[in-house]
Amino acid sequence: MLGYLIRRLLSAIFAIWVVITVTFIFMHLIPGGPFQTEKAIPEAIKENIEARYKLDQPLHIQYLDYLGNVVRGDLGPSYKYRGQTVNDIISERFPVSLQLGLLTFVIAIVLGMGAGIVAALYQGRMPDYITMFFSTVGISVPSFILGTLLMYVFAFRLGLLPAAMWGTPQHVIMPAVALAGLPTAFIARLTRSSMLDVLNQDYMRTALAKGLSRLRIIWVHAVKNAIIPVITYSGPLLAAILTGSFIVENIFAVPGLGKHFVTSIYNRDYTVILGLTIFYSILLIGLNMFVDFAYTLIDPRIKLTGGKE
Amino acid sequence: MQYPKELFVRLTEKDVQAEIIRPSITYWQDAWRRLKKNPVAMISLIFIVFLLLVALFGPYFSPYSYSDQDFDRQNQGPSIEHPFGTDSLGRDQLVRVMYGARISLSVGFVASLTTFIIGVIYGGISGYAGGRVDNIMMRIVDILYSIPFLLWVIMLMVLFREIFPATGGGAGLYSIFIALGLVFWLPMARIVRGQILSLKEQEFALAAQTIGAPKWKILFRHLIPNAMGPIIVTATLSIPEAIFSEAFLSFIGLGVSAPMASWGMLASDALSSLRSFPHLLMFPALAISVTLLAFNFLGDGLQDALDPRMRK
Repeated sequence: MLGYLIRRLLSAIFAIWVVITVTFIFMHLIPGGPFQTEKAIPEAIKENIEARYKLDQPLHIQYLDYLGNVVRGDLGPSYKYRGQTVNDIISERFPVSLQLGLLTFVIAIVLGMGAGIVAALYQGRMPDYITMFFSTVGISVPSFILGTLLMYVFAFRLGLLPAAMWGTPQHVIMPAVALAGLPTAFIARLTRSSMLDVLNQDYMRTALAKGLSRLRIIWVHAVKNAIIPVITYSGPLLAAILTGSFIVENIFAVPGLGKHFVTSIYNRDYTVILGLTIFYSILLIGLNMFVDFAYTLIDPRIKLTGGKE
Repeated sequence: MQYPKELFVRLTEKDVQAEIIRPSITYWQDAWRRLKKNPVAMISLIFIVFLLLVALFGPYFSPYSYSDQDFDRQNQGPSIEHPFGTDSLGRDQLVRVMYGARISLSVGFVASLTTFIIGVIYGGISGYAGGRVDNIMMRIVDILYSIPFLLWVIMLMVLFREIFPATGGGAGLYSIFIALGLVFWLPMARIVRGQILSLKEQEFALAAQTIGAPKWKILFRHLIPNAMGPIIVTATLSIPEAIFSEAFLSFIGLGVSAPMASWGMLASDALSSLRSFPHLLMFPALAISVTLLAFNFLGDGLQDALDPRMRK
C-alpha cells in the first residue's frame, strides 16, 4: 500500500512538472514580449520593466527561477494589473468558484445517482425512458446553451432569479444547474448501467432469499456496489466542472476564477494564463490522486499494482 | 480414371432449393444490417447527411452572404425574407447558421481524421511493440490525459493566436484544426493499444509472423483492420466532442474570427441581446444541440452494430 502511495505521488509530481514546463515553453514561444502591444515607451523604462519582471535574463534562468517560485507556492505577478499577483487573484476569486463547484458537484451526484437508480429499478418502463431521454439530451446540450436558456426563461421571462452577479443564494442556482447539466446526465447513465449489472448478480437473489426487505437490498447491497463506477467518473466530472466554469461564470457574470481566466485570455495576460493553468493542473492532478486513493480503500477488489493494467 | 455416366444424377428443382445455404456476408455487411435495424441511429445518419448537404450547398441558394449587412433590418425576428431573422448588424441569420454548419462539420471531420491517423499509429506501435516502449508511450498519454483536454486546447489556441496573427482577432479555423488534432488522439491511442495488445496474441498474427511478414505489415495489414470496429466508433464519437470544443472556443473568443460565423460565436453574440432578441440564440443553440445529439446517437448505434460483444 505504501509503495503504491509513493509511486502514485511521484507520478503526480512528474505530471505537474511536465505541465509547468510545457506551459512555460508555450508562453515563451509567443513572439514579442508581454509589453510589446503597449504604447511606445522610452528605452530606459522598458529596460526597467524587463528587469523588474526578469525578462532580460536568459530563458533557462527564467525557467529555473519560475520553477523555484512555483515550488515555493508563488505563481508570479500579473503583467496586466500591476501590483497584483496570481496568488492574489486566486485567493480572491477561487472561493467563489469553489462554492459554485461544490454545489454543482452535489447536484450532479445526488440528482444523477437518484435518477440512475430509479431508472434501473424501473428498467424498460416509463421512469426509465424519461430518465434516459433527459440524460441523452443533457449530454448533447453544452453548458453555455443550457445556461443562456435558463437565463432567458427564469430571469427574463419569469423574473424568478437574478440574471447575473453574485452574493445571495439565488445567484448560485442557475450557474450551478447550468454547470451540473452534463455531469448529471452522464452520472445518471453510469449509475443506471452499473445498477443493472449489480441487480443481476447472484448475491442479489441470495439477499432476497434471506428475506431482506427490498429497500434494504437496494440501499445496502445494490447502491453500495453500483457507486464504484461513479467514483471513477470523479476525474472527468471535476474536469467538466472546471472547464465549464470558464463559460458559465462568464454568462452569469460570476466573479470567480473561471471568469478571470477567460478575461486574462482576452487581455493577453500571459503570466496569469500560465499561473492559472498550473494552478488548475495541480488542483486536478491532486484531486484525481485523492480519488484514486479513496477508490482503493472503498473497493478492496482493486489490486495495487501501481498503474499497470 | 473414368467415371461412368450413370453416377451423375440430374438434380430436380426441389433438390436445388434444399442445397441453398444462407449467402455468407462480411463483417461490414453484417454491421450495416444491424445499423439499419436501429431507427434512432438511422434518423441521426439521415439528419447528418442532410446537414452536410445544407452546409455544402445551402449558402449558394441564399440571396445573402454571411457578411452582407442591411442596416434597415437589424435584429428582426423570423420572416419570409429572413427565415431565421437578422442579427444586430442586419445580417441574415439563416445563411450564418448554414456557414456555422460548414465550420462545425469541417472541424468535426478534420479532428476525427487526425484523431484516427495519430491515434491509430501511436496506439498501434505502442501495443505492438509492448514492453518498455509501450510503458513509456502510455505514460506520456497518461500525463497528457491528467489535465483536461480543453485546457490543452486553450493553451495551444492562445499560442497560435500570437504565432499566426494574420488570422485577425480570433485564432482561425486552421489553428482550431491543429489544436484539436494535437490533443484529441489520446483516447484513440488508448483504445487501439488495448485492441492490438489482445489481437497480437492471436493465431493469425503468429501465422503472419511465421511466413515472414514484416512487422509493419503485420501491424497495419493484419492487426489494425481487425480492430476497425472500436476505432470507427471512437472516431465517430470524437466528432461531437470536436464540434463542442469549437463552439466552446468560439464562445470564449478563441475561435474563428469575424465576420466568419460559427455556432459558438453566434450563440455568444446572441447573449448580449438575449433579453430583447431571443431568436438570435434559438437557432444556433438548436443547431448545436441537435447536431451533437445526432452524432452521439449515431456513435452509440455504430457501437452496437460494429461491436456486438459490447452490447448491453
